[in-house]
Amino acid sequence: MRLSLNQRAALLSVLLLIAGLLAWEVSIAAGGGGGAELTEYEKLTGGGAPKAGVPPPSQVLGKAWEQLSNPFYDAGPNDKGIGIQIGYSIYRVLAGYALAALVAIPLGFLIGMSPVAYRALNPFIQVLRPISPLAWMPLALFIIQDSEASAVFVIFICSIWPMLINTAFGVAGVRQDWVNVARTHELGPLRTAFTVILPAAAPTIVTGMRISIGIAWLVIVAAEMLVGGTGIGYYVWNEWNNLDLTSVIFSILMIGVVGMALDAAFGVLQRAVAYAE
Amino acid sequence: MKAFLSVENLTQRYPDGRGGSTTVFEDASFGIERGEFVCILGHSGCGKSTIMNILAGLAEPTSGVVVMDGAQVSGPSLDRGVVFQNYSLLPWLSALRNVTFAVAARYPGWSKAQVQAESRKYLEMVGLSGEVVHRKPSQLSGGMRQRVSIARAFANHPKLLLLDEPFGALDALTRGTIQDELLKIWAGTGQTVFMITHDIDEAILLADRILLMSNGPMARVAESVEITIPRPRERTAIVTHPNYYAIRNHLVQFLGQRSREMAGRPGGGAPETVRIDLTGGDSEEPDARRGLRAIP
Ligand SMILES: Nc1ncnc2c1ncn2[C@@H]1O[C@H](COP(=O)(O)OP(=O)(O)O)[C@@H](O)[C@H]1O
Ligand SMILES: [Mg+2]
Repeated sequence: MRLSLNQRAALLSVLLLIAGLLAWEVSIAAGGGGGAELTEYEKLTGGGAPKAGVPPPSQVLGKAWEQLSNPFYDAGPNDKGIGIQIGYSIYRVLAGYALAALVAIPLGFLIGMSPVAYRALNPFIQVLRPISPLAWMPLALFIIQDSEASAVFVIFICSIWPMLINTAFGVAGVRQDWVNVARTHELGPLRTAFTVILPAAAPTIVTGMRISIGIAWLVIVAAEMLVGGTGIGYYVWNEWNNLDLTSVIFSILMIGVVGMALDAAFGVLQRAVAYAE
Repeated sequence: MKAFLSVENLTQRYPDGRGGSTTVFEDASFGIERGEFVCILGHSGCGKSTIMNILAGLAEPTSGVVVMDGAQVSGPSLDRGVVFQNYSLLPWLSALRNVTFAVAARYPGWSKAQVQAESRKYLEMVGLSGEVVHRKPSQLSGGMRQRVSIARAFANHPKLLLLDEPFGALDALTRGTIQDELLKIWAGTGQTVFMITHDIDEAILLADRILLMSNGPMARVAESVEITIPRPRERTAIVTHPNYYAIRNHLVQFLGQRSREMAGRPGGGAPETVRIDLTGGDSEEPDARRGLRAIP
């Protein structure tokens, strides 16, 4: 029997996963059982504390089961379920992201349509774009005076650039023949924008949106480590302070899974707006 | 009396990048009557597409005016439909949606069902019906794509239909079939058509009159050749018509030699009308250009 390419790849993925988990489990069992002498440094830094060891995968899976079977419990400010924490993070990402889209897409349209606007705004974009979004954090905290809103602002500022640039690029690159089709059919500027330019530029715009959501999800973890309180980034930091490495590893995995899901959603959107010439 | 479409002293110059300017064509003037099918023949780069874009209102000439049906052309209009060589369909819409897009723009008051019915009617006229109309342009052959473009253009009932080398990218067999379809649909609608082509046989088959352009720069619309072959025309039958080879030779001779000789020389104004008719012409003229008369 011949397996298809996809089946073979899936089989290999599963084998790699099992091999990786086994290697992890075995290496910890071997290292942990050795009972080596602790150095002075290890004693000082807490390396000798019983909870500080890297947990084996079986323990992480146990943690995952425990957390995922009751993801939304709320037992005070420092003890909330993983579902609630992720919920906060997703809420901040989507809020900042939506605001960024509301600014970036119309502005990108303007820049793409008008060479003057492009030249006028280009220097600002070139200077602002390379700034690490977290560098804005102190300024945001000072001006906005609210850690929650500051985190949303940081997401806003990091997701705006790929969307802005891709929208401008996509709109500027729309084939003149298609614009001429709109003109010879006497479509007004708004109808032209929505029925011709937007669908023509949509693949490029959505690519920018997909890049943006990926960056936003990268940045929210760091932002929440800084502002604290709630969210998956805060959760990771908090568990590190508790020296609960099992929870740290589990939440790292969850960050990956949510990021993958966000990216997949935009992958679906990308396929929906794609067209072949 | 002015012609239905009157092109008056059209001049187009572009900056040549060295501070000066090059003249693509100068003082081009010609007219087209209502219901006429006119082809324009000329070498690549002489300015045919530029003229067409000006007629469509998509481009502004350096000087000169175009008057259609008593009104000066300024900007594009639903009264002038355009079929480009490529890329005139919107690739994210199905064939049918490409046509309904145009019909809905033309008749904003119509219901969805009316728009659909009208669009399907015109698609059927060019031989497209059934599942095919729901395909995207990328899933259609080149010939089918141009059929959709033609259906879209005719469905809009423009006062003037402009075609820029619509069959240039098609193989000879497909081209033949679509030419026949175009003739049929044109005969049924009495549409005024202005078509650019570089195919002499295509022009003779389709046109009432062929405008000949000399080479650029400083191109001019030099001659207006009447096609004195009666309709309905059949591609297999017209080659046996006595006028066919005389007209064809005249065109070949112009494009092969005289268009080059005229290049770069100013001299605008109306094209010289050429009428070649060997049927029942006076037999006293002995030379090969028997029956050729220039009407000033
Ligand atoms: N925007 C432009 N700027 C400068 N030159 C142009 C421009 N558009 C067309 N031309 C020149 O005008 C001439 C005529 O072009 P075109 O009308 O496309 O020719 P045709 O359709 O007969 O092949 C060409 O030599 C071309 O290089
Ligand atoms: Mg051309």
